[in-house]
Amino acid sequence: MKYRGLLFANLFRKKTRLVLTLGSFAVALFLFSLLALIKHAFSANVDVAGVDRLVVINRTAIIQPLPISYRDRILRIPGVKRVTYDNWFGGVYQDPKNAFSQFAIDAENQRQVFHELVVPDDQWQAFLKDRQGAIVGATTAKRFGWKIGQRIPIQGTIFPGTWEFNIDGIYTGQRSGDDQTQFWFHWDYLYERAKNVLQGNVGWYTVLIDNPDDAVRIVKTIDDEFANSPYETHTDTEKAFATGFAKQLGNIGFLVIAIGTIVFFTLLLVTGNTMAISVRERIGELAVLKALGYSDRFVMLLVLAEAMLVAAVGGGLGLLTAAGFAMLLAATPMHNFIPFSTLSASAALTGLGLTLLFGAASGFLPALGGLRLRVIDALRRV
Amino acid sequence: MVRVDGAGRNSSLINVRGLDKKYQRGGEEIHVLQGLNLDVEAGEFVAFMGPSGSGKTTLLNLLGGLDVPSAGSITVAGDEITSMSRGRLTEWRARHVGFVFQMYNLIPVLTAFQNVELPLLLTKLSKGDRRKHVETALALVGLQDRMHHYPRQLSGGQEQRVTIARAIVSDPTFLLCDEPTGDLDRKSADEVMALILRLVKEYKKTVLMVTHDPVVAQRANTTLHLEKGALVEAGAAEVAMSGGSR
Repeated sequence: MKYRGLLFANLFRKKTRLVLTLGSFAVALFLFSLLALIKHAFSANVDVAGVDRLVVINRTAIIQPLPISYRDRILRIPGVKRVTYDNWFGGVYQDPKNAFSQFAIDAENQRQVFHELVVPDDQWQAFLKDRQGAIVGATTAKRFGWKIGQRIPIQGTIFPGTWEFNIDGIYTGQRSGDDQTQFWFHWDYLYERAKNVLQGNVGWYTVLIDNPDDAVRIVKTIDDEFANSPYETHTDTEKAFATGFAKQLGNIGFLVIAIGTIVFFTLLLVTGNTMAISVRERIGELAVLKALGYSDRFVMLLVLAEAMLVAAVGGGLGLLTAAGFAMLLAATPMHNFIPFSTLSASAALTGLGLTLLFGAASGFLPALGGLRLRVIDALRRV
Repeated sequence: MVRVDGAGRNSSLINVRGLDKKYQRGGEEIHVLQGLNLDVEAGEFVAFMGPSGSGKTTLLNLLGGLDVPSAGSITVAGDEITSMSRGRLTEWRARHVGFVFQMYNLIPVLTAFQNVELPLLLTKLSKGDRRKHVETALALVGLQDRMHHYPRQLSGGQEQRVTIARAIVSDPTFLLCDEPTGDLDRKSADEVMALILRLVKEYKKTVLMVTHDPVVAQRANTTLHLEKGALVEAGAAEVAMSGGSR
């Protein structure tokens, strides 16, 4: 601690340069954190996808329907525990920009199949009794300020008209990556008003199986069951389904991450060079310290401590800014499409570790070069 | 008593025997010091003179443990520094040598107080004790009222006095002064020399000083000239230059 004065005096030698160097590290770490958030957002659904669930869609495209009669046929396949079905609704609340995911669900099986999305029993019972009832994710409820018992209008886009719903419950995810933005209502209510459009069809099925090890067999059995029919199926595990969906966005994610990574490392290299220059400028002073009796090791540690302190403070500022930014993003409508989460501890630690490594490298190399100079040579430069 | 014939007492503060220093420059070997001998008793004030390139600063660097000789030995207060490792030499410098440089070499971002405190940070002294030592050293050089000034806020003479305070604050065995007045006007140079003389007379400090200035050299007890890599006393040098012998 007695060397603190020496350490800080050197740091504040050129305040403008210090601020710019701190700023560079902060921007680099902010960028790194943003990349981590984007990467996490693109893979969030994949990470939380159930290993014991299969998704059955129309072989032609997910937007093509499947007959509701398939439900019982799928249920008869050995190893299948439960089957539920959904339809995408595609409505908006009050304003077209207030888009979010709405699903007409099979109320009888939804809770058992998507067991990680929890609805309190009393709220679920109220929903079952209410034909116009709806269950909404905690994030969306918070976004629009909806309360249980509230009646809300949703403007249909695929199924035109104003649809009124009663908020009977709010679900929450048990895991940090669970999607809490969905809006569920009774499929029966949708069918009642859009029978002519649906014509006995549903959007897709989600199948809960007894044993994930049986997934390959069951997938094949389901698709074989409906082969050569007017509605052939394409079945996959939920994880593979989510991965395939993420890949469509993934190309954009890859580009963003690739460009961002290059910018991140460029920033760090520029910052490292600035720090190296600042050390080289005072080789003479380091030589004086050695002449006074300071060891080679001390001088090296002093330079390293300066570099790493700047890196840590700058990097810390960048992380804090990114964490704040992530919270802001999570509160925007964009969150419904790209589920930004809070910055994970591992991403923050990795970023900070990288920054400290660069800080150390930028300080270590010039310090090493300076230390190799003999004191008398270095003093002659002064 | 200062001797340059190698016949001094082994108990002298500084014993230099057969000191050689060679440099390689552009494939050419330059023999700066050749079989140099020197004995300096404690409390002496010795000035080294000689033309540029004669090896004065090289000798000072060798005596201060900043450089290693090609051959020969240097013993200070019984410690043969020419056989010490780099690490031990660094520790030895901290305990035994006070440096005063021509260009002051103060750390510009530290105050006068912090600059003078630098050698004491290497000791086990408490913060309070360090403060007392620094205040005493700065009072001795007449700068106690400037202790919180930065080097850029001081005149050249004042900066050099801070350097002297830094050199004496840890009470080293001897002071090495390389052209201490070389960058100062006459008035400031006189003040600095008066201070060095006071350190010798009142505090019995041993001072070895390199200078180009004969007026400054006259203030020393003994003036030695570097001639062809060896030391000769001032009188002898004059005789040698006129072709006679002493």
